[in-house]
Amino acid sequence: MKEITKEQVRELAVLARLGLTEQEVASLAKEMTAFLDYFQTLEEVDTEKVIPTSQVSDLKNVLREDVRRVSKITLNDKLQNAPSREKDFIRVKKVLE
Amino acid sequence: MQNITIKELNKKFEQKKDNSSFYVKSFLKRIDEVEDNINAFVTVTAPEGLVSARESDQRIETNKRRSKVDGVPAGIKDVLCTRNIRTTAASIMLDTFIPIFDATVVKKLKDAGCVIIGKNNCDAWAHGASTENSDYGVAKNPWDLSRVSGGSSGGSAAAVSAGECVFSIGSDTGGSIRQPSAFCGVVGLKPTYGRVSRYGLIAMGSSLDCVGPIANTSEDIATVMEIIAGHDEKDATTVETPVPEYSEGLNNSIKGKKIGWVSEFSDMGLDREITEALAKARCEYEKLGAEFIEINLPHAKYGISVYYLIQPAEVSSNLGRYDGIKYGFSADKSENLIDHYFKSRDKGLGREAKRRIMLGTFVLSSGYYDAYYNKAMKVRTLIKEDFAKAFEKVDCILAPVTPTTAFRIGEKDQDPLQMYMADIFTALVNLSGNPALSLPCGHDNHKLPIGMQIIGRNFDEETILNFGHQYEKATEKETWRNLKTVL
Repeated sequence: MKEITKEQVRELAVLARLGLTEQEVASLAKEMTAFLDYFQTLEEVDTEKVIPTSQVSDLKNVLREDVRRVSKITLNDKLQNAPSREKDFIRVKKVLE
Repeated sequence: MQNITIKELNKKFEQKKDNSSFYVKSFLKRIDEVEDNINAFVTVTAPEGLVSARESDQRIETNKRRSKVDGVPAGIKDVLCTRNIRTTAASIMLDTFIPIFDATVVKKLKDAGCVIIGKNNCDAWAHGASTENSDYGVAKNPWDLSRVSGGSSGGSAAAVSAGECVFSIGSDTGGSIRQPSAFCGVVGLKPTYGRVSRYGLIAMGSSLDCVGPIANTSEDIATVMEIIAGHDEKDATTVETPVPEYSEGLNNSIKGKKIGWVSEFSDMGLDREITEALAKARCEYEKLGAEFIEINLPHAKYGISVYYLIQPAEVSSNLGRYDGIKYGFSADKSENLIDHYFKSRDKGLGREAKRRIMLGTFVLSSGYYDAYYNKAMKVRTLIKEDFAKAFEKVDCILAPVTPTTAFRIGEKDQDPLQMYMADIFTALVNLSGNPALSLPCGHDNHKLPIGMQIIGRNFDEETILNFGHQYEKATEKETWRNLKTVL
């Protein structure tokens, strides 16, 4: 059985940019191990010659002409949900020291 | 007043008996009376609703109604963007988010004159089968307030069932329209993948998400589908296949039609009372002249595994955008940019969202991709082929929606795997893409509604709505149809 360790949970949390408490780390390790245990049933299915399905519509590469259009949405509209703003910019923490 | 249909409202409007304002006011009053007990709405939009009702009144007065939903009060699940009305996805991450555009389905409904009276509660990010994951509290079942309304579109189903709106628009990624419809005794349709635009839907699992209606009758579902279905240049997964007039096909005879009966489903932990209700429904269809054919879905038993590998993978990607910078919850005491991501996502996302993001990140990570994610995508192919093979022999499939009727609040929320099992008969259909209708077919000995599922060929919503309507007509005098919710 594949076991997910707390260390693995911490590494994954960094990849997913999730801050987790120690309690969350412990319960996630347990839950994820249980999920993977359940998923093991898939191993009995022979899929050697099967092509994976990533989407179920029969559409492929839906393209349109790249035409310029004037938007009715203003810059101010677009910024109205930004948590931190300065004039026409979104304020973020310093990226480079 | 309670459970009035679109069809009945249309009669009233045509006779100019009562106008839209009258009904919108009575529905708002009903919301006032029952919301403390049900909690089916995150936001009630009374002022906006009353304004659009008055516009509708004018059109009723001058015989210029735009459609059959003109003046009809509706709810919208709070995962669909509504311009200038906050849209939370039932997560505190989006507690103050005010969209600057309407989702395509919302725009189509508004253009048709429909009156939106509120945003329905659901599991946060549509993750769940009970609405217990909502950051705005659980939406309770109008048939028994100690039980869940189902999920994730629990608020939508509860609101229709409790008479708080005439219909609601929900979303269905693994059963989120059909399961709460079954739990609350109403009708819900998951359309074919690609039939209804998802533009403006807060994305969960993009290869699975479908938008569809919840209403009191199959006929009302047909009416709403005629308005919301169709190609949308803003959603590249929608098809250009013309939208049929679903209402026209409702009275077609089903004599000689073939219905599939899935052999494997009887071994998949189905409650005895649901088995019996389905057997009765089968008899009704046989009386109507349909023929049942045993079919096999040999890979059905892998549905939950495949679904809970693919869906979290897509969730982990779709929820990556919530970074506390562009919009949404933003942590106030962060040291630097990366710390800001961690803190904003830690506080803004709930337990279930984190669980899915973590699982998804794991199955997509190098070293595990082939063993889990790619394997799941391959078994998805086999599930899709199972359905295609079955539909060579039958016109539709009759199946359960849920293994049990509505469970108690708190019964499963500490055991995620148990909660996931609630999707066992519904998630399969999201994996294959087919349309499926969930409609009431009886009640158990606790008076809780039982639902059944009619699964159709791709883009053949017409047949399953026809089957739903014929069943409703045949059983309209059944005693269980007279049972009432507790409010």
